[in-house]
Amino acid sequence: MKRRTMLFVPGNNPGMLISGPVLGADALIFDLEDAVAEAEKDAARLLVRNALKTLECGATERVVRINGVDTPHWRADVAAIVAKEAGAGAGTVLLPKCSTPADVALVAEALSAEEKRAGRADGEVRLLALLESALGIENAFAVATCSPRVSGLFLGAEDLSADLGAQRTLTGEEIAYARGRVVVAAKAARVDAIDTPFTVVDDLENLERDAQLGRRMGFDGKAVISPQHVRIVNRVYSPSDKEIAWAEKIRAAMQRATAEGKGAFSVDGSMVDGPIVKRALRILQTAGRLNQEADGLREE
Amino acid sequence: MREKTAATLRQAMEAAHLEDGMTISFHHHLRNGDFVLDMVLREAEAMGLKGLRVAASSVFPCHGRLARAAERGVVAGLDTNYMSGPVAAAVARGAFAEPVRFRTHGGRPRAIDAGELHIDAAFIAAPAVDPLGNLSGVEGPSACGSLGYAMADAAHADTVIAVTDHFLDHSPERISIDHGQVDVVVKVDRIGDPAGIVSGTTKVTRDPVGLVIAEYAARAIEAAGLLRDGFCFQTGAGGASLAAASFVRERMREQGVRGRFLLGGITGYFVDMLEEGLFEDIYDVQCFDLAAVRSIRENAHHHEISASDYASVGRKRCYVDDLGAVLLGATEIDLDFNVNVHTDSNGVIIGGSGGHSDAAAGAEMAIIVAPLLRARLPIVVDRVRTVSTPGRTVDALVTEYGAAVNPARPELAQRLRDFGLPVFEIAELRRKALAMAGEPVRAPQGEREVAVVEYRDGTIIDRIMA
Amino acid sequence: MRIAKPTVQPIVKPSMAGSLESNDCLVSLHPLAKEELREGEEVRVEVDSIVQIQFGAQIEATARDVLARFGLTRVLVRIQDKGALDCTLRARLEAAVLRAGGDDHEA
Repeated sequence: MKRRTMLFVPGNNPGMLISGPVLGADALIFDLEDAVAEAEKDAARLLVRNALKTLECGATERVVRINGVDTPHWRADVAAIVAKEAGAGAGTVLLPKCSTPADVALVAEALSAEEKRAGRADGEVRLLALLESALGIENAFAVATCSPRVSGLFLGAEDLSADLGAQRTLTGEEIAYARGRVVVAAKAARVDAIDTPFTVVDDLENLERDAQLGRRMGFDGKAVISPQHVRIVNRVYSPSDKEIAWAEKIRAAMQRATAEGKGAFSVDGSMVDGPIVKRALRILQTAGRLNQEADGLREE
Repeated sequence: MREKTAATLRQAMEAAHLEDGMTISFHHHLRNGDFVLDMVLREAEAMGLKGLRVAASSVFPCHGRLARAAERGVVAGLDTNYMSGPVAAAVARGAFAEPVRFRTHGGRPRAIDAGELHIDAAFIAAPAVDPLGNLSGVEGPSACGSLGYAMADAAHADTVIAVTDHFLDHSPERISIDHGQVDVVVKVDRIGDPAGIVSGTTKVTRDPVGLVIAEYAARAIEAAGLLRDGFCFQTGAGGASLAAASFVRERMREQGVRGRFLLGGITGYFVDMLEEGLFEDIYDVQCFDLAAVRSIRENAHHHEISASDYASVGRKRCYVDDLGAVLLGATEIDLDFNVNVHTDSNGVIIGGSGGHSDAAAGAEMAIIVAPLLRARLPIVVDRVRTVSTPGRTVDALVTEYGAAVNPARPELAQRLRDFGLPVFEIAELRRKALAMAGEPVRAPQGEREVAVVEYRDGTIIDRIMA
Repeated sequence: MRIAKPTVQPIVKPSMAGSLESNDCLVSLHPLAKEELREGEEVRVEVDSIVQIQFGAQIEATARDVLARFGLTRVLVRIQDKGALDCTLRARLEAAVLRAGGDDHEA
């Protein structure tokens, strides 16, 4: 599953909800939390429920950011977005202010109950844990491995910085540790690592720099708060022509070696081993050039 | 010069020997800031004239007096390429004794050149007049740049009256209309309101859906193989068109393509592309902003052209014929790719062809850009309410969901697909829209003919009922 | 969302949901006294839409459908529509109904 760009869409804005699927993001996050005023939580929930049913999202992942487990809203959010009235419903729930495995367990249990009620398979709806507190970052690996529903860790730098007493900067030194920690925990748990959004809408230059930093660190994709950012972040998280060409070369050499019954082989004078093959296949996968069966790559 | 200056507008009009039923003409370079049309009509009413025909290249919301003059019988007929505001409403009410004749920006000068549209007196709003009586659009408090739409009037009207608010003591950088064509010059306080003449700044849209459409449109142009040296390009001045232009600009830069010319109504955005060296020339029939006015005054590669040279089929060749791509809007497009830019879904007149059908006919690739739904109304309809631009001249529709290509151009559809663009049958786009919005009830049509739509070659292609 | 469907009943208090942004609609509900209703009338629907000719009748039909599903009567529904799709209109109607009920529908 590609999660290069995960675009937030305010849950109480019909115009933006409707246009969501055409904006080019790999995933849409219908937001019931920060983007919705307290007095509109009920209305937004109904609107998102109906949008989930009506919108043709194609291959775009449908994520809903519910309200946190410390609010009176989250349980009704879960019920609404899994219910029959939501059609195919949410594919993924983004759980904000997730700090401990207990937070995940609470929501996972509620999801199971609602899945049963709606006649959906148990465990069908996946979870993304939004880590945005010091405790959440410290518990990253435990959160990532506490439920088979957890499909990724998602860094939320704004709330985290507040919790840390740190100052947010364009260059992000203050969250360097958190970024590293999230990537390492996610990779150890074999789930996705999603980088925090860049929040200055019109600063496209620094957006690109910020996205590149995340990609170099090993993130699989980035949250996006403006449709304007989708194009740039998609590009940053897509393999370049050079990378694709390199990966194609490795694959061809590997196929030759397999056909000839050779174990080890070299490309351009360098020995190719397991991790290099894996990296090449991952590039081809992101570029949409992978034949799953022929290339023998399983989704991890 | 001295002997042909009239002291007052009244004197100038008397010199033209105006009579009931005559045709008086106006250009629309002062756009929604024009004072001249209303000023002349007020005087005509005071002179007791009746049943005049107004041939104005376009009519804007500032022209409320024209609606009143129609209601009082001062004006009986209107011949125009575009209208919006109170006059459009008056047409629907049947205020004009005769059906309005809609033409195109190229069709109007063709009809004037051919003698089909005879003008008894042309009132030419002139931002500046030099000591010889030459008219210029690039100086004075009401500077508007090009005077391209007034040129056929100046060449053929029985009497040409220049109305100005600015006399020069020198020759201007650019002479738009030669003094040899001008019979009378009259100075008034103000010919226009600069705030309504040029929009000041034109900005690329921020609407995310508009940006998606724009990017698809730019990619469609690239997919069609048009982005090569010598490329000629035209778009409207709206934010979405500018966004598409910005994506085209990006691609041209990346690929080192140098285009031949930009055409039509010109904005600062086009001027930037000229100055950046992405295009050799601008051929300008109309300036939309101050940056365009400055450029046409100062840049020798920014040329003023007449509406005839721009788009008239009466010429052996006109500039639209060289266009590689043009981006155009629509209120509706039907399954045969016919486009309506005259009326909205309630049948109310909201515009007119302007240069729409001219550019579509000339361009190698005419692209209609529009969202799939506009306020719950599907853009694709079974049959357009008014045919402004015939479907045979339209190559593709681009929406935020992807493109539909005219079935007459299967090779173009294939190119777009090969380029990775989503391509649909136009009927499929309609079905998609209906699935989201439901089927709208068609607004009933009136029984009185209030306007006819004349195509650029002079044939009547539709009638508007109210 | 699970909503206990009440039997036919009047609403408790006036309510509103939605907005006047484009693609949205503002729905308001007002209780009507019996004497304000015409003979045989249970629900009154007033629609003011930017696409009145094209969709006015469908908007009214949707409003009646939603109210019927909740079993509401003696109510005036006002809809100011800015081009909302049916799914949006239904969400706004339902939100207004729940708000008019006065229950804690979060539970």
